[in-house]
Amino acid sequence: MILPALPILIPLISLILLLITFNRRQWQPWIGLGGALLQLAAAVYLLVLVKNEGILVLHSGNWQAPFGITLVIDAFSAFMLVLAGIIVVSISLYSIDAVDRQRQSYFYFPMVQGLLMGVNGAFITGDIFNLYVWFEVMLTASFVLITLGGEKKQLSGAVKYVSLNLVSSLFFLAGIGLLYGKTGTLNMADLALKLSMAENNILMNSSAVLFFVAFSIKAAVFPFFFWLPASYHTPPIAITALFAGLLTKVGVYSMIRIYTLFFVQDKLFWHPLFLWIGGFTMVVGVLTAASQYDMRKILSFHIISQIGYMIMGLGIFTVAGIAGAIFYMAHNIIAKTNTFLVAGLINRVTGSYDLKAIGGLYKIRPWLAILFIIPAFGLAGIPPLSGFFGKLILISAGFSAGEYVISFVALAVGLFTLFSMVKIWNEAFWKPRPEGIPAFSGEKEKLPFTKVLPVAILGLLTLTMGFAVKPILDFAMEAAAQLIDPSAYIHAVLGTENLIHQ
Amino acid sequence: MKSYIIQLAASRILPVTIVLSLLVFYRGHNDPGGGFIGGLMAASGFIFYAMAFSTKQAQKKLKVSPLSLIAAGLSIATLSTLPALFAGNPFFTGKWISINLVFSGTLKLGTPLLFDLGVYLTVWGILLIIIFNIMDE
Repeated sequence: MILPALPILIPLISLILLLITFNRRQWQPWIGLGGALLQLAAAVYLLVLVKNEGILVLHSGNWQAPFGITLVIDAFSAFMLVLAGIIVVSISLYSIDAVDRQRQSYFYFPMVQGLLMGVNGAFITGDIFNLYVWFEVMLTASFVLITLGGEKKQLSGAVKYVSLNLVSSLFFLAGIGLLYGKTGTLNMADLALKLSMAENNILMNSSAVLFFVAFSIKAAVFPFFFWLPASYHTPPIAITALFAGLLTKVGVYSMIRIYTLFFVQDKLFWHPLFLWIGGFTMVVGVLTAASQYDMRKILSFHIISQIGYMIMGLGIFTVAGIAGAIFYMAHNIIAKTNTFLVAGLINRVTGSYDLKAIGGLYKIRPWLAILFIIPAFGLAGIPPLSGFFGKLILISAGFSAGEYVISFVALAVGLFTLFSMVKIWNEAFWKPRPEGIPAFSGEKEKLPFTKVLPVAILGLLTLTMGFAVKPILDFAMEAAAQLIDPSAYIHAVLGTENLIHQ
Repeated sequence: MKSYIIQLAASRILPVTIVLSLLVFYRGHNDPGGGFIGGLMAASGFIFYAMAFSTKQAQKKLKVSPLSLIAAGLSIATLSTLPALFAGNPFFTGKWISINLVFSGTLKLGTPLLFDLGVYLTVWGILLIIIFNIMDE
C-alpha cells in the first residue's frame, strides 16, 4: 500500500532529482514540470479510485490509528489534490520564462515542489499534529519563494508574511496542545469520535477558537487578512499566482475539514460567526480592491473577498452549502491563478502592472483580451463561466437554508467584483494608450509559448467548468455529504472493531 | 583573525566530532541521540574548522558539496520507506535484519536506521549551507 502516499512522495522525489541536477540549470524546469505532471496524473488516479472504492486510508509504518499517522483521502481531499496538481503544472510551465535565471538557479523549482509536497500533505493527512507539520513544510517553502531574489520591496513584504504566519502557527500549535491535553489523541477521526461522546463539549471551544484564529490568518479571512495584500504583490508574478491559487485555500480546506469533522458541537455559536466573518471578508475585500490601481493589488484584495464565499458555504452548513464552497474553491483556484498569470502577460507586453500607465491593449493584442476576459468574468460570475455557477449554488443554498442577509451580501459583492474586473478591462484594454508612451517595452516581441499555454489551459478549464457543471457539482455534493456526516470517514480510519471497543 | 592554536585544535577536533556524531547517531534508536543530533555534531566540527580557516577550506575538507549531502540524505530517507512495500506492508513500516557478529553479539540493522541516516546527512548538509552562506556574507 503506497498509493495514498504518492501525492507526498512524487514531489519529494522530484525535489531530490532537482537537487541532484542542481548544476544543470537548463534541466531544472523540465524536471519540475515532469514531477508536477506525474503528481497530477497520480491525483486524477486517486480521484477515480476514491470515487469508485470510497475513502482510502493508509496507516503509515503499519501503526494502526489512532496511534500512528494516518493518511486519509476522501472525496474532498482527492478533489483538492487534483486542483493543486493543475495549478502546479501551469505554474511550472509558466515559470520557464517568467522567472529569471538568477532565481531559477537558486532553488526556485525545488521549492515549488517542496510547496506542493506541503500542500498535498495537508490535504491528505488524518492527524492534526501532522497537519501542523505539513503547514510548516508549506510555509518554509513559501518563505524561500517569497524572499527569493532579495529585492528590497520583496523583503519588506516577506517580513509581514513570515511574521504573521509564524504567529498563526503558534496559535495552531497551542490549539493542538490544548486539544491533546483534553482528549489524549491527535488522530482526527478519533478526535471526532471522542468529542462526539464527551460530556462537556463547551470546554473544546478554547481549542476551537485557537484553531479558528490560526486558519483565519492562513486563509486571509477578515479581520486577519492584512498580511496578504501587503506581501502578495512583491515576488515575481508566477510565485504570486502559485500562492494565490493554493496557500489561502489550504487554510480554507483545513477550516472546512475541522469544523465539519470534530468541532461540530457548538453550532449555535460557530455557524452564525462563520456567516458574519464570511460576509465581512467578502465586503471588505471587494471594497478595498475598488480603490487600487496596481493590477496585482486589485487581484490580491479579490482573493480575500472570494475566500468570504467559501467561509459562507461553511457557515450555511448544509450539504448544498458545503458543496457550493467546494465548487467555488475549485473555480476560484483556477480562475484566480489564471488572472494573475494574465496580469503577468500584460506586464510582459507593457512592462507595467499599473493601470494608469497602460492602455489600448485591445488594439495590439486582441487575443490577450480574450485570455483575460475568461478568468476575470469568471471571477465576477458572468454566465456561463464557472464563477456564475459557484455563486448560484452558494446563494441558492443560502436562500434555502433561510440565510437571507448573507445571500444578498453575496449577490451585491458579485456586482462589485464585476466592477473591479471591468475596471481592469477598461483601463488596460479599452481606454486609449496613455499619452507620452509611444510604444510599450514588449510590444514588438511575441509572447512566449510557455507563458500563453498555461493561461489558455486554465481558461479552457474555467469554460469547461461552466459547461460541465453537473458532474463536478455531483462530485462536490458527494464530498460535502461525506463531510457533513463524518461517520464514513471515522469508520474508514478506525475500522469497525475499534468502534465497538470504545 | 587567524590563530595557529585554534587552527591546530580545529583540525584535530574535526575527526573526533565526526566519530562522536556517528556514535551518537547509532545509539539513537534506543537511547538519547539519533540522526538529528548526530547531523548537528558532524556539522559543528566543520563549522569550527571554517571559523579557524575559512569556509573555502572547510568546503575543500568536506570534499562533497553540502547540497549533495542534502540530496543523498533525502534520497536515503525516501528509499528507506520502500522495503516495507516488498514485504506487503504499508509504506514506512520498519524492517529489520540481524547480523551475527563474531565478537559482540548481534548487530541489528533496519530501515529506521536508514531513515535516520538520511536525517543525519540532511541536517548536516543544511546546517553547513546556512552557516557557510552567513559566514561568507
